[in-house]
Amino acid sequence: MTSYRPLLLVALLTVVGWTPPGFSQDKPLAFAGARIIPIAGEEIPNGVLVVHQGKIRAVGPASSVRIPADARRIDASGKVIMPGLVDSHSHIGGIDGADQSAPIQPDVRILDSINVRDARIQKAQAGGITTVNVMPGSGHLLSGQTLYLKLRDGTTIDDLLIHNPDGSIAGGMKMANGTNSRKKPPFPGTRAKSAALVREEFIKALEYKRKLERAGDDPDKKPPRDLKMEALLEVLDGKRIVHHHTHRHDDILTVLRLQKEFGFRVVLHHVSDAWMVADQIAKAGVGSSIIVLDSPGGKLEAKDIRWENGAALEKAGALVGFHTDDGITDSRLFLRSAAFAVRAGMSRKAALEGLTIANAKMLDLEERVGTLEPGKDADFILLSGDPLSVYTHVLETWVEGKKVFDRSDPKDHLYAVGGYGASHDQGSRIVMEECWR
Amino acid sequence: MNCRFYSLLTLGWLAASAGATPLAAQLAVRAGTVYTMAGEPVRDAVVLVRDGKIERVGPASQVAVPAGYKTLRAKVVTPGLIDAHTVVGLAGYLNQKQDQDQLELSTAMQPELRAIDAYDARERLVEWLRNLGITTIHTGHGPGALISGQTMIVKTTGRSAEEDVIVPEAMVAATLGPGARGRNGKSPGTRAKAAAMLRGELIKAQDYLRKRESAGEDERPERDLRLEVLARVLKGELPLLVTVNRIQDILTAIRIGREFHLKLVLDSAAEIYLELDRVKAAGYPVILHPTMHRAGGEYENLSFETAAKLRDAGIPFALQSGYESYVPKTRVVLFEAAVAAANGLGFEDALAAITIDAARILGVADRIGSLEPGKDADLALFDGDPFEYTTHCTGVVIDGRVVSEQPH
Repeated sequence: MTSYRPLLLVALLTVVGWTPPGFSQDKPLAFAGARIIPIAGEEIPNGVLVVHQGKIRAVGPASSVRIPADARRIDASGKVIMPGLVDSHSHIGGIDGADQSAPIQPDVRILDSINVRDARIQKAQAGGITTVNVMPGSGHLLSGQTLYLKLRDGTTIDDLLIHNPDGSIAGGMKMANGTNSRKKPPFPGTRAKSAALVREEFIKALEYKRKLERAGDDPDKKPPRDLKMEALLEVLDGKRIVHHHTHRHDDILTVLRLQKEFGFRVVLHHVSDAWMVADQIAKAGVGSSIIVLDSPGGKLEAKDIRWENGAALEKAGALVGFHTDDGITDSRLFLRSAAFAVRAGMSRKAALEGLTIANAKMLDLEERVGTLEPGKDADFILLSGDPLSVYTHVLETWVEGKKVFDRSDPKDHLYAVGGYGASHDQGSRIVMEECWR
Repeated sequence: MNCRFYSLLTLGWLAASAGATPLAAQLAVRAGTVYTMAGEPVRDAVVLVRDGKIERVGPASQVAVPAGYKTLRAKVVTPGLIDAHTVVGLAGYLNQKQDQDQLELSTAMQPELRAIDAYDARERLVEWLRNLGITTIHTGHGPGALISGQTMIVKTTGRSAEEDVIVPEAMVAATLGPGARGRNGKSPGTRAKAAAMLRGELIKAQDYLRKRESAGEDERPERDLRLEVLARVLKGELPLLVTVNRIQDILTAIRIGREFHLKLVLDSAAEIYLELDRVKAAGYPVILHPTMHRAGGEYENLSFETAAKLRDAGIPFALQSGYESYVPKTRVVLFEAAVAAANGLGFEDALAAITIDAARILGVADRIGSLEPGKDADLALFDGDPFEYTTHCTGVVIDGRVVSEQPH
């Protein structure tokens, strides 16, 4: 599934005349002496990680990994290495999705609105996030196409994209129910109306699909191209996972009901009342991307949210990941979400998976990211200590074999801790620096 | 502060009602480590509590537990934590119009609004904070108006404002900068206008105060609730708590504080690290913004390391949970201190910022903030380092009463 993706990327990048440093890395890098948390398998007290040409080549105990003779050896003793974090729900990039003209806008792509110079992208790197699902907001029943990004250092959105095996740009579809999408017409005024509008739209898409199938190869019989319907067909065909904002227990069950009716693939997001309906969620076999908040409330739907959601879903046997929902929580503190789930009874193993491989699965990227295994992308982070400790800092973030964040670099340190100019985007920072010269 | 009078009133009231509320049991707390915040931590320690007050703290080898004392155990014990500035109890967790009483916007300056007339002791967020070891909050009218009203200092016991209050009129809350701007075209519309309006009102209060105190019975101006409160601010009885974030607003607050010889407390102060020398020279304490506050708008330049910088500069400061308009509806000052601890402040200074240092800035260090004989028996119990994400607050004691025994 992943074997030719790098080739595709190389081809693409060659066209734009830019070679990512990860690919120009001609010698292997070997990080030695660290405690390695590979996620796939047990933690390794004295481990070695070898990366080359953007991929992981080897990972294991110092006693059994052979470091290539030409490798540059990096002493990582006293540090912890784990996979780059995968955030399954974020709003970094100064994004601007669907507008107020309609409650369902599947044609809108978040791709067309991202500012990759947004300082929050640097802050996400500082938080150890290497893969992120950037989504439009929850003020619509369906607010548009989401985008799965690699947080490479880049200057255009193309530098950050992930491509599917068929060459298409990887991403999902954002949907929401409950109160955020309830507004004046044409938006729905009630929950039942919300569900009816969504069902109506999916039925329209099924009709569109039928017309396409009946037309076969005859271009004259094909219905006119319809961007909305095309995007919904990707959802119905399982090519585009629905990322569904939902909080209240009954709204969660409504998502499962519609999922059953139309068969789309769905991940539940936020899932405040998960602890009430964990068994139903597990039985439906859908993943949950949960948020951890410092207190309940703030909105009616989140009045019963609990830190125990992670533990309840784990116990029920459901797939659980965490998300930042940045700016609701700060990307630099993403590790904290998993730690609070552990505080409330989730296992350490499941919580760490919830920052990595579980989220990768929810984005269809588990073949490529989320664990440290040979052949996977060389996305990893170096930590000063245990990932679940408040005293631990992300020291370095690497994406595809290239260091994109280094806490010891003053510029990166500014993003990591804040300070004057830390929220200015790269563009304005460059201007400022030029002025000072 | 004229708070002693009120405290005495409250104490009297409490004593009078003691028959109605169960008397605090005599209590012993055995702990691996007790951070008294009055001297070095005590290892393998015992805290004795008698009649709601700390009786004794010392090593188990020297302090015997008298018969009849209920014993609690914990790895770590700290003084009950203090949130130096919040709106909890006025801003309810549902975030619906009917439970939001922290801000009244009919006019720009309303120092006469009392916190005690709005505080809901049984609000779920009060319970939330209590279960996490926060036993005292400085709460009341929030940022968002030039003068939004008064604040109060209250225990989180959760009975009623009258029963739980320590200082019913603690400070007067003001805001400078964009947060002070009037809605719907109302003044103040700019920074300079806000400063002019605040100065104008303080001058009116000076005049009122002079006439009230010096004029004969017949010429004395009629009582004016608004000016009466500002007169107390001018007399230094009530500090002016000024929420400011941009550096120019911080300096404006200091300018006005000096002009009127106010007892000023700088609140939030995101960009304060730019002018530490001036702040130190002004001598005003700081109640710093939540460490994890969102870095947007006026807060875009905030830093996790500001608390450490204040400590290094020798400026007295405390930490706060602040005000949140959405989710989470409140932050938890314990967690804010944790992130400050991990970003240069260190364990003991971070703990001081939510215990004894907060008590000093709030003017209540004679009662709370450290574990010393005679002080209120407010304790927080933990099963590890209180700042670690995975540690639980396993017990909470307020005025000698065990108010939480479940791990949170």
